[in-house]
Amino acid sequence: MLFPEGPAALSVSQVARYLKELLETDEVLREVWVRGEISGCKTYASSGHCYFTLKDADAQLPCVFFKQARLRSSAPDLRDGMAITAAGRISLYERDGKLQLYVEHIQVLGAGALFLRFEQLKTRLAAEGLFEEERKRSLPVAPEVIGIVTSPQAAALRDMLRVLRTRYPLARVVLAPALVQGAEAPTAIAHALDLLNEQGEADVLIVARGGGSIEELWAFNEEIVARAIARSRIPVISGVGHETDFTIADFVADHRASTPTAAATQAVPNIADLLADTLELRQALPVLMDDLLARTRDGLLRAERDLERQTPQYQLERFQQQLDDTTDSLQTEMQHILTLQKERLKGTDLLLRSLSPELTIARGFSVVRRASDGTIVTSVQQVQPGAELDIQLGDGHISARVE
Amino acid sequence: MDALSALSYEEAFTKLELAVAALQDGRLSLERALEHYEEGMKLAQYCHDLLQKAELRVQQLRVTDNGDLAVEPLDLP
Repeated sequence: MLFPEGPAALSVSQVARYLKELLETDEVLREVWVRGEISGCKTYASSGHCYFTLKDADAQLPCVFFKQARLRSSAPDLRDGMAITAAGRISLYERDGKLQLYVEHIQVLGAGALFLRFEQLKTRLAAEGLFEEERKRSLPVAPEVIGIVTSPQAAALRDMLRVLRTRYPLARVVLAPALVQGAEAPTAIAHALDLLNEQGEADVLIVARGGGSIEELWAFNEEIVARAIARSRIPVISGVGHETDFTIADFVADHRASTPTAAATQAVPNIADLLADTLELRQALPVLMDDLLARTRDGLLRAERDLERQTPQYQLERFQQQLDDTTDSLQTEMQHILTLQKERLKGTDLLLRSLSPELTIARGFSVVRRASDGTIVTSVQQVQPGAELDIQLGDGHISARVE
Repeated sequence: MDALSALSYEEAFTKLELAVAALQDGRLSLERALEHYEEGMKLAQYCHDLLQKAELRVQQLRVTDNGDLAVEPLDLP
């Protein structure tokens, strides 16, 4: 008998709940690492949750990676085909009866160990001060020779040369070829950097590689390359990968460019700007010259005028002028004095007149004099009867005798 | 000014700037000013020509058999 009779039947929910508990209490399934390949990966923009299937040749396991867990674990972006190890717990989502792995942590196979090495080297070199801003040298403004370390076959080199040809053909490029990928790459890159330093002609070095996966760019995370960049006496620009790729080489370099093309662009000035500068100065020259000539001409005219002033004729005229002016002044002053004197005289005259006896006499008074000696008689005591007197009136004299 | 062709662009441009600065000074004798002017014009022309005619030279570094460093022209496809 397949089924127990009657009410011993369980509901779907009960079965589901039972299974869920079974899974969640199982020692193995509570905390498990599962290795497989991602397929059917889908992230929902609204919730941020990621759903995918982990599979191998014989089986599949549905997985869910919630947004919170993803952020917490700072996992890389997942893509179909990626080989990963996922850590989490197996449980049952009762609602749709789906058994799935609730992922807490992802490790991309192969890259996990690399990432650790990257972090360790980065920490160690930072502690030595190799990434310090003060260490970084400024790039020459107009380098005459540019040293490049890259693969001669790579598109990166052609791209850089194209930029340099257009932007700054004045320069000379010296390529030190090196493998930029694979086991021999780190040594090759370091050696190329040393060679360029030894040759010593370059004013700036560019170490470059086009975009690629973290494994393909790995050579630029190796210590030997970092040390070669650090000991370079010539300033180094790193242009590795794409904008978002940061390698150890980028941290140690004197200047980081996001790509090889950007590195070439930032290494040199633009010839169009240089042409403009030259043109500007060339145009300034005649203007300055004209100014100078104008000033010289003015100086000459001034000197001529000064010279004219020194001729005898001029001197004579000047003295004549002075004389005329002084004479004028003299006459004016004289006039002034005469006028003043006239005024004074008139004043005195008036005063005198007012004091003269003539007015008094005109009013009826007379001047009595002794006829014998002309003495003015002011008192009766001065005369005897019979004396001859002269009485002066305003309009004449009267002879009289005292009674 | 045969020494002109020996100058790099940077060197020539710097001398040009100096000539202009001298003229801006304004205290020069006419004769000295004319000298600076003529030199300046020659330098400006030289710089201009250098920029117009410039062609990027590309070379490759190589270690010879006896360990020396040699530089040879590089042609790329």
